[in-house]
Amino acid sequence: MNELLEILKGQTFFQGLGEQHVRLLTAGASLRTFRADETLFREHEEATAFYLVRSGRVALESRLPGRRAETFMTLGPGEVLGWSWLMPPYRWHYSARALDETHTVHFDAPVLHDCMDRDPVLGYALYQRFAALIVQRLQAARLQAMDIYGGGDVGLGG
Amino acid sequence: MSVSVAEMSVHEPMAPVPWRILEVRREVADGEVFTWRLRPESGDAPEARPGQFNMLYLFGVGEVAISVSAMGEDGSLVHTIRAVGSVTRTMQGLKAGDVVGVRGPFGSAWPVAEAEGRDLVLAAGGIGLAPLRPVIHGVLARREAFGRVLICYGARSPRDLIFRDELAQWQARDDLDVRVTVDRGTADWRGDVGVVTQLIDRGGFDGRNAVAMVCGPEVMMRFSALSLHRRGVAPQRTFVSMERSMRCALGFCGHCQIGPHFVCRDGPVFPYPVMEPAFRVHEL
Repeated sequence: MNELLEILKGQTFFQGLGEQHVRLLTAGASLRTFRADETLFREHEEATAFYLVRSGRVALESRLPGRRAETFMTLGPGEVLGWSWLMPPYRWHYSARALDETHTVHFDAPVLHDCMDRDPVLGYALYQRFAALIVQRLQAARLQAMDIYGGGDVGLGG
Repeated sequence: MSVSVAEMSVHEPMAPVPWRILEVRREVADGEVFTWRLRPESGDAPEARPGQFNMLYLFGVGEVAISVSAMGEDGSLVHTIRAVGSVTRTMQGLKAGDVVGVRGPFGSAWPVAEAEGRDLVLAAGGIGLAPLRPVIHGVLARREAFGRVLICYGARSPRDLIFRDELAQWQARDDLDVRVTVDRGTADWRGDVGVVTQLIDRGGFDGRNAVAMVCGPEVMMRFSALSLHRRGVAPQRTFVSMERSMRCALGFCGHCQIGPHFVCRDGPVFPYPVMEPAFRVHEL
């Protein structure tokens, strides 16, 4: 438990949370390791957790009928994976696969929901962090969709 | 009396000097991005500082501003060019031995000395890696003078990555943290997928004691600056390289003007706070 507490206290995502709240988070947390190519979760499955990547990398993939799974984002150390556990229908919208051996902290959603219901200050703090994360990922997705390297304005090169 | 290329650059800055292409290297499979090693027909290339540019003149076609992408060891200079307009597309067809006109070098340089004793974050998007490459060469020549050095490089797809051999060499070093990402992966790509700002968000540097240099499309530079500032890098220690349509390269014609600044003369490298207001103006 102490090891988990120290790990969480050192993460940017949890910065600003009081020790009491970080301690509460450890209640539903556990260390999990995935081998390269091992699946963390699959699209459409029930979303019962989120993960904090400690080392290694995870590919987020989506599969279209008749096509291979396409990686649209990779996550690395210090990054948080998964927000589908926060809102209905509580199902993953994509799949996650470890690219390398990947060490994570796994947070159990039912335990978290319970903690957040009982302690709305913690609930609000977590929603704030996930809202910021979602905005950041949305901005990144927009940049990706813009195909910014396709134009001419690229560093005095042509 | 013969006049050196350096003297010509100072006394006749509008007069292109003939330089010969010594070597052409394709950076991507279709040759859309290519690198020239060039040398003046007489004498050595004038000294260029990292971040500066030359005006490359294709006789009878036109002139373009291209950053120096490396200093040659034999009196030559290196330029990396992307074929995106009529001049650069014609340049794509030139071979070793052909002659072009060169004016320069012009413009401001990356403040490499300011990064000494600090962590250094270099964020490059697309061909924006080219103007930062001389910084990397300079840092590697005096590696002990800098703290942690992080290179974040984003490209459209794996086939668009430039300087692949050097990237692999840099990635193999223990004293550089080189992170590469692409917007769209391929079936055989095992690297990162996503925008370059994510690589900055992963940290690994002391933002409060870091200098950042960013080069790429403007939208990429704007979001990279946001990520850097979130990580504690001071705006005044964040530098960007601007691209505008340069004509005279001397601050006379106004083609490259952004507000009170002439990109060719006052830039292309600016402290971020100087350019930040321009990033918020539509269609500037």
